[in-house]
Amino acid sequence: MGDLKLNYTVDGGDLIQAGEASSKMKMTLKKLGLPPEVIRRASICMYEGEINMVIHADGGEVEVTVGMDTITIRLTDHGPGIPDVDRAMEEGFSTAGDVARDLGFGAGMGLPNMKRCSDDMQIDTQVGVGTTVTMQIHIN
Amino acid sequence: MNVRELAHVMALTEFIMPEPEREVSGGYVGDLLSWVMGRAQNGNVWLTIMSNQNVAAVALMAEVSCVVLTEGVKPDEALRQRAEQQNINILGTKLSTFDAAAVLKQLMR
Repeated sequence: MGDLKLNYTVDGGDLIQAGEASSKMKMTLKKLGLPPEVIRRASICMYEGEINMVIHADGGEVEVTVGMDTITIRLTDHGPGIPDVDRAMEEGFSTAGDVARDLGFGAGMGLPNMKRCSDDMQIDTQVGVGTTVTMQIHIN
Repeated sequence: MNVRELAHVMALTEFIMPEPEREVSGGYVGDLLSWVMGRAQNGNVWLTIMSNQNVAAVALMAEVSCVVLTEGVKPDEALRQRAEQQNINILGTKLSTFDAAAVLKQLMR
């Protein structure tokens, strides 16, 4: 059986609406009958990624690949890039603005949450070009 | 205990309760959404004063059993709609977050 690929577009601009792609992915993973804890972790990874793309990069693209034993979530944006990835990975560090903070985001927990909920996370980023975050979640 | 029973014993306002049979296990208190998403556990009762529609999305991803808006906060219209669409239980109380958490802790013993 081949891998299942799911593609989503994340609109920039409206942080209040964010989460639509993650909700859709979650429903699809449920229909596939994957273990609940795997679905939960994948959903948190994707939602945090989605929020980041809306706050920092005016949206982007998500490709989710569901294989026999791994879910791979690849988030690609054409935003400003991350100048200091180590700093961005620190809990509590955030460059989000007041609007995001007023809504309850921008606590500097997004990337750390993604790291914690995935089995592997890789960040490829170039300032002025964009960022690709690839996360893997093992199914068993 | 399920969400309906919790709503009854804590005399909570039932704003949206599409899944009253959902089992309740423990609680989490927080208003920073990413913090909640990273720390809340499946089945927790989530106490918060945030009432925008991102609350429904976080509740869905973190799989909390219900959201309890404390301090008399009411869900805004967008949150109500999104909670209905995504089967998220949204309840409310006039208790302060501190008092609501204290009551919840007693109930969870």
